[in-house]
Amino acid sequence: MSAGSGLPRLEGRDKVTGAARYAYEYPIEDCLYVWPVGATVASGTVTEVDATAALADPEVVAVVDHTNAPRLRPAVTADELVLQSPTVAYRGQVVAAVVATTLEAAREGAEQLLVRYVEHPHKAVLDPDDPDLEQPETTNAGFPGTSVKGDVDAALAAADVAVDHIYTTPPEHNNPMETVAIIARWDGERLLVHDSNQGPWAAATGYGMLWGIPADQVDVVTEHVGGGFGSKVWPTAGAVVATVAARVTGRPCKLMLTRQQMYTMAPARTATRSRIRLGARRDGTLTAIDHDALQYSSVIHEFVEQTGSATRTMYASDNLRIRHRLARLNLPTPRVMRAPGKTPGMFALESAMDELAYALGMDPLALRLRNEPPTEPATGLPFGGRHLVDCLRAGADKFGWASRDPTPAVRRRGRWLFGTGLASAVYPVYQQGGTATARASPDGTFDVSVAAVDIGTGARTALWQAVADALGVPPSRVSVHIGRSAFGQSSLAGGSAGTASWGGAVRKACFELGRRLAEHGGAVPVDGLEVTADTAADQLPPDHARHSYGAHFCAVRVDADTGQVRVDRLLGVFAHGHALNARTTHSQLLGGMVMGLSIALCEQTIVDPRLGLFVNHDLAQYHIATNADIRGLEAHSLEHTDDDVTLVGGKGIGELGIVGSAAAVANAVFHATGVRVRDLPITVERVRAR
Amino acid sequence: MRAFRYARASDPADAATLVAGEPDAVYLGGGTNLVDLMKLGVLRPGLVVDVSRLPYDRIEHLPDGGVLIGGAARGGRVGRDDVLRRRYPALIRALLSGASAQIRGQATLAGNLLQRTRCPYFQNTTVPCNKRDPGSGCSAIPGAHRDLGVIGTSDHCVATHPSDLAVALAAYDAVVEVRRRDGTEVLVPIGDLYRLPGDTPWIETVLEPGDLITGVQLPPPPDGAVATYRKVRDRWSFAFATVSVAAVLTADEVRLALGGVAPKPWRLTATERLLAGTDPTDDEVRAATRAAFADARPLPDNAFKIELAVDLVAAVFRDLRPVGAGR
Repeated sequence: MSAGSGLPRLEGRDKVTGAARYAYEYPIEDCLYVWPVGATVASGTVTEVDATAALADPEVVAVVDHTNAPRLRPAVTADELVLQSPTVAYRGQVVAAVVATTLEAAREGAEQLLVRYVEHPHKAVLDPDDPDLEQPETTNAGFPGTSVKGDVDAALAAADVAVDHIYTTPPEHNNPMETVAIIARWDGERLLVHDSNQGPWAAATGYGMLWGIPADQVDVVTEHVGGGFGSKVWPTAGAVVATVAARVTGRPCKLMLTRQQMYTMAPARTATRSRIRLGARRDGTLTAIDHDALQYSSVIHEFVEQTGSATRTMYASDNLRIRHRLARLNLPTPRVMRAPGKTPGMFALESAMDELAYALGMDPLALRLRNEPPTEPATGLPFGGRHLVDCLRAGADKFGWASRDPTPAVRRRGRWLFGTGLASAVYPVYQQGGTATARASPDGTFDVSVAAVDIGTGARTALWQAVADALGVPPSRVSVHIGRSAFGQSSLAGGSAGTASWGGAVRKACFELGRRLAEHGGAVPVDGLEVTADTAADQLPPDHARHSYGAHFCAVRVDADTGQVRVDRLLGVFAHGHALNARTTHSQLLGGMVMGLSIALCEQTIVDPRLGLFVNHDLAQYHIATNADIRGLEAHSLEHTDDDVTLVGGKGIGELGIVGSAAAVANAVFHATGVRVRDLPITVERVRAR
Repeated sequence: MRAFRYARASDPADAATLVAGEPDAVYLGGGTNLVDLMKLGVLRPGLVVDVSRLPYDRIEHLPDGGVLIGGAARGGRVGRDDVLRRRYPALIRALLSGASAQIRGQATLAGNLLQRTRCPYFQNTTVPCNKRDPGSGCSAIPGAHRDLGVIGTSDHCVATHPSDLAVALAAYDAVVEVRRRDGTEVLVPIGDLYRLPGDTPWIETVLEPGDLITGVQLPPPPDGAVATYRKVRDRWSFAFATVSVAAVLTADEVRLALGGVAPKPWRLTATERLLAGTDPTDDEVRAATRAAFADARPLPDNAFKIELAVDLVAAVFRDLRPVGAGR
């Protein structure tokens, strides 16, 4: 049994039986409960935190606010600098925390707290005419804020056919099953945390920066994590509160955010507004691509969603312009959610490509094939493997695309209108350097340690297989240890780079261990043999544009009476190179597709601009697709090898499945109904707005 | 959450005794709504009296063809009752379209009728809400009201009643059995159970303190009735109705009740009168349904509900009337 095969998850049984221990569940003696208190104004200054009533309860141990919290130092965003100032930048920002001997007392203490404010004017609407819009230099992940090739305006004016539309996506929230959770303890100047995060080393670094101590003085344990999607990439405001409370009280403190608190004390995805203009010749050749993207950040930190980043790499055009503008709103700093930038940006671009296909009277598949670029359009770099056409063609075959009549709104049986649509997918290849340690024992067993984390992806199992494969021994003789910052500097589970990065480090350690064992004639010394490897110098050179690719094909039915949309079939074909574990890879791709379907049809965080409020802050009101929303769902992986990829031979698959899938749904809804919905989610009133 | 006392009523009289003189006492059924609201600080009772084990969980099929469903009967069991499934299809469709199997297995009939609005502002103690905090103002009218009411609402409150089941009960002319604190029983037609918000949106029903819903009487369905329940929602399971309709039709009788549009299950009495005994065309059904919204108070983001209701009622007529029966 080696890498690539579909071994079931190592921890699967523990998880379904409840034996797997999550951060909040460690039995720590003398532990206090922390309840963070969010601001109830959208902008202002805290003038008083009256804790008299709260402290009257003998179970309440402490109330922490900006007047008595220890000082923190800037780390990743200002949101995590909790309780440092009386300034309120958004509703829900942490203004106090109640610490008590029971959870119930902490919660009631928070109810009893009287926080007084001076309110300031606020702004919570993403408005393209906002006079204060900024033009950021760079976006998240280091893309230029603006990039221009050729003369887009002239090309649009001269185009035989042009489309010009605005596509919007609402704020969306990460809703991992396990909310942000932490148990924090101080041992002198050492911070010990059981923490739910997407990278123990990143967590140690983040907490270390906040507290002004080296990362190796922070011991992070993260054995199991119930999902992240981007919400747990860096220490969240909510989690930092527990470290503050532990410092103030000198006792272990535990905290788990409620679902409602997750909406302001953990990161979400910004709303986006993309104006896409495409110009083409009659034969479908693109002559201009213009993507003008608007998104928001908070007033305390600049985070720029890379909304136009996929447009840089998808289709050939001599004239290409991508611009990002940023509004600063009194809302929490948005940050990453599965496939940041790509998810909203590709909804816009792939919808616009469908609109252009109709404007041209051309098959949307043919339009995409026509505009396949020889090199990456924005950078001119050669591709390190490009398989979009392969995915589109294979998907069309499997889906039965060839027989499609493009005419919209003509397929009706009973109350149902039927339609199909397609969209492309892309995700960049990332890989990060890091360390791993491999140890051989005289009894023939091997132990490999890496500060990886399994947020539900199957990373632990994939690494186990990678280790066995690299050592050339049966997996039964291998133990993989993850989930501790003490294992050394390492990647986080983000950018779809976790398993590739950790896998590269463990493979290098295993190969090095094999060489050292060979030097010993194959015999393991009585004390064992241990090797630590670092892949910092083994990273991909920036000489190629490297991406994984995919194509989504969607069939919907729409209730002609009401406008309700039902996805009958969503088929994805993906090119991601070698899969470390076929089973968990398939699961990741399906999960991404489901999440894309979910944002297409129901996910949205509703903002009340008057109150600066995320209105629907729980899972009863923030709708995520249920089992009943999913019918035919297929993910296929194309067999191919790209040698110029990561150290484990494959490309990331965690985010690829979500990219483009919402556009495939929207394009199918148009084909079914003749109604083009350019604003997500596709609710009944939008379908009915004919 | 506020510390509270818990008591389990041993019999109906005990329940009445326990809550006597306790202005902040509440009855606990399945707890699927009450406990959530207590955790959120929306409700802060001092005493919780558990009535879920009182002998009101029966489903009794009466000689006249009607049915008596106990107030403590759990939704899961009601949904599996074969006779109800056969004779009251709209009721069962409504019930099964609500919540999830897990919640239905826990929630009681009485609790379903008395569940609170899911207006997001009612459920958030940091913002004004006239229902939760009288006189503080309605945040929904100038705010996020897409899911809220278009008729029967007031300038003080636009909350909707969230129950699917109650909508079907309204179409079946159900009668609610109430045990008063003094042990007497009163019967309240379901249409009279709920009060419209007016300028007192915190008063939601005609019940008095200590009143206990012990059951619901379902009269026999009209002879030859066909019935259904259709629900529009934002996903295909586990979502409250955007708009729903329960319809019970016979050759000469029309009963229509809407969910998702009003502070209570909304019988379309004007529409019913216009359509009863007729064999209406699609356009006549639409016109008659639209007429029921003459007094509607739609808001910018929920005005679509009126035409959606019109389309839904028309669709239900098409579904229930055999092909060729119409003109």
